[in-house]
Amino acid sequence: MIATAAFYVFAAVLLGSAALVVSARNPVHSVLFLILAFFNAAGLFLLAGAEFLAMILVIVYVGAVAVLFLFVVMMLDIDFTRMREGIQRYAPVGATVGVILLVELASVFGSWQLLPQSASLRGAVAPGAVSNTAALGDLLYTHNVLLFQLAGLVLLVAMIGAIVLTLRARKASRRQDISRQVAQRVEDTLVLVKVGLGAAVTEAEFQRPLPEPAVAAAEPHGGGHGHGGTHAAEVR
Amino acid sequence: MNWTLALPEIALAVSGMAILLFGVLRKEESGFLASMLAIGALLLAGVLMTATGAGHAYDGQFVVDPFSVALKLLILAGAILGVALSVDYNRAEGIGRFEFPVLIVMATVGMMVMVSAANLMTLYLGLELQSLSIYVLAAFARENLRSAEAGLKYFVLGALASGLLLYGMTLVYGFTGTMDFARIATGLADPMQVSAGLIVGVVFILAGLAFKISAVPFHMWTPDVYEGAPTPVTAFLSTAPKVAAMGLLLRVMIGPFGHLLAQWQGLVVLVSIASMLLGALGAIGQRNIKRLMAYSSIGHMGYALIGLAAGTVSGVRGVLVYLAVYIFMSAGAFAVILAMRRGGRAVEGIADLAGLGRSDPALAMLMSVFMFSMAGIPPLSGFFGKLYVFLAAVQSGMWTLAIIGVLTSVVGAYYYVRIIKVMYFDAGETGFAVRPATLSIVAAGSGLVTLLFALFAAPVVAMAEAAARALLG
Repeated sequence: MIATAAFYVFAAVLLGSAALVVSARNPVHSVLFLILAFFNAAGLFLLAGAEFLAMILVIVYVGAVAVLFLFVVMMLDIDFTRMREGIQRYAPVGATVGVILLVELASVFGSWQLLPQSASLRGAVAPGAVSNTAALGDLLYTHNVLLFQLAGLVLLVAMIGAIVLTLRARKASRRQDISRQVAQRVEDTLVLVKVGLGAAVTEAEFQRPLPEPAVAAAEPHGGGHGHGGTHAAEVR
Repeated sequence: MNWTLALPEIALAVSGMAILLFGVLRKEESGFLASMLAIGALLLAGVLMTATGAGHAYDGQFVVDPFSVALKLLILAGAILGVALSVDYNRAEGIGRFEFPVLIVMATVGMMVMVSAANLMTLYLGLELQSLSIYVLAAFARENLRSAEAGLKYFVLGALASGLLLYGMTLVYGFTGTMDFARIATGLADPMQVSAGLIVGVVFILAGLAFKISAVPFHMWTPDVYEGAPTPVTAFLSTAPKVAAMGLLLRVMIGPFGHLLAQWQGLVVLVSIASMLLGALGAIGQRNIKRLMAYSSIGHMGYALIGLAAGTVSGVRGVLVYLAVYIFMSAGAFAVILAMRRGGRAVEGIADLAGLGRSDPALAMLMSVFMFSMAGIPPLSGFFGKLYVFLAAVQSGMWTLAIIGVLTSVVGAYYYVRIIKVMYFDAGETGFAVRPATLSIVAAGSGLVTLLFALFAAPVVAMAEAAARALLG
């Protein structure tokens, strides 16, 4: 009874949110309704006893695909109102395709004959006493563990290959090395020079040669060194 | 479950990953150290192999028998030679990165899985692991246009071959209902079970694997990839992967499809004859020695296929002896080719060998040994390889194959002997740059094996015989 009620709730929300996905004016709302649709589809899978599919749907589609959509929608500057302009022009063709598809589906399902035992067969989704997930895990990690690991090695080689063939050590990149910055001491960056009264600091008095301009620009100006007083400060 | 049967493969894969980590964590150039570690890992796998038993493991997906052990030893030998040949060349060409030996190790894991496959899925994954590593290796000198082209060409055509193979596998699975080799064999024991669709599947599998051993008509990629890939990769490509693919072909054709011998025999005969002819005729006009070696390897695979066409114990024994002989000849010849450096860069023309007989008599002598052996002149090892496959053909009454084989050997002898003529009788430039010790060691070692094969032919043949009996048993 509760299961039937849950089915109707999930199904109704699924259909409603699916309709809103295509009709919402704001594309971000579309993606959010898509996520709602995925969750309700997962609920339907749960009701059917396919808990693994439900988990995969949530993890893969909501966790990865929908978030990716969201990124794309937010990052690309697509003018959705202009995309909708042609809707009246294309509607007849789209409707024709839809009608043909509907007729084909109706003709297939009209002549479809269900096996008398199909209802009981459908009930036995899980093999024996173990759950779906345990059965899949058994298959993947016990019976086919060699193949699973080999597939992993193939992917590793693909990864190595991609890096070997494309990665170039870029000389121009300016990397920020936090640990180096934190480990900087005052003595590393600052040279204290006694300046006589009324005298100027000549270059000969610096203990280190001046850094190259490009490198100096690359160095972050952190580390808390100050200019002031009678001390001439040199930023390394 | 007896997982220890795959211990050599597991150890090799784990050490491959360890070398990868070592190379990544070590900041400076570590190509040489990684290569040495890779050789160590390959030797370790060889030692472990003597310690593991025999039998099936992993739900019957993996089999260890004398056949797989013999082939794995050859594969490991080929891989060690490949790594050894690469060290100095890679450093000189500025591609001495640690990923090179790692990829060779990974390819070797794939090859070892291939020859131990007892299931269509294991076969495919092993094959892909091997192929994928070699695609990357072929394009390893990425700044070099020809190397990149070779890698891309090999990848695209290899993907096509994988597609053919997978299509054949789905057909076989559909018509037999199983992927397991033993179960396919028992299913096909009844001739009523053999349908046209199944035969089509077997033909597709044969085509996909023929691509990997570069047999005609699936040889088109070979000359271009051999020429474009960095020479150590070409050397590696012509040894271990050929052994693995040929071993896989033997296992699949004789194992699960052994009852269909009558159906595929004609096809293998055709492929064998075409490969021998093309190998002999195509090489004649070549000026580049790597292209010449490509045609030579097509021809050699044609000879080895004679043994498969026979489909008997002596045929399989002949193929194994041929492969054992071939990897040493080939590795030795490539060691000489790698020594062809002049003015800081590698030269690849046959004409560049001119005058080698005077400028470097030892190297010229070794190259002569390899060339005479490839031509099949007794008492060098190549003669014994050909002898055993021709013997098998004659024993099975396949006189046409044997006669065509002998005739193409005579034609092939022309271009092998031409290289010797160029080395000794043509006036040439100054000699090559001083060659690194690794090349001398590999060339001299392979030369000794090739020269003195007659002395230890008996144990090798006995081992091949035991392996063949295990396969057909």
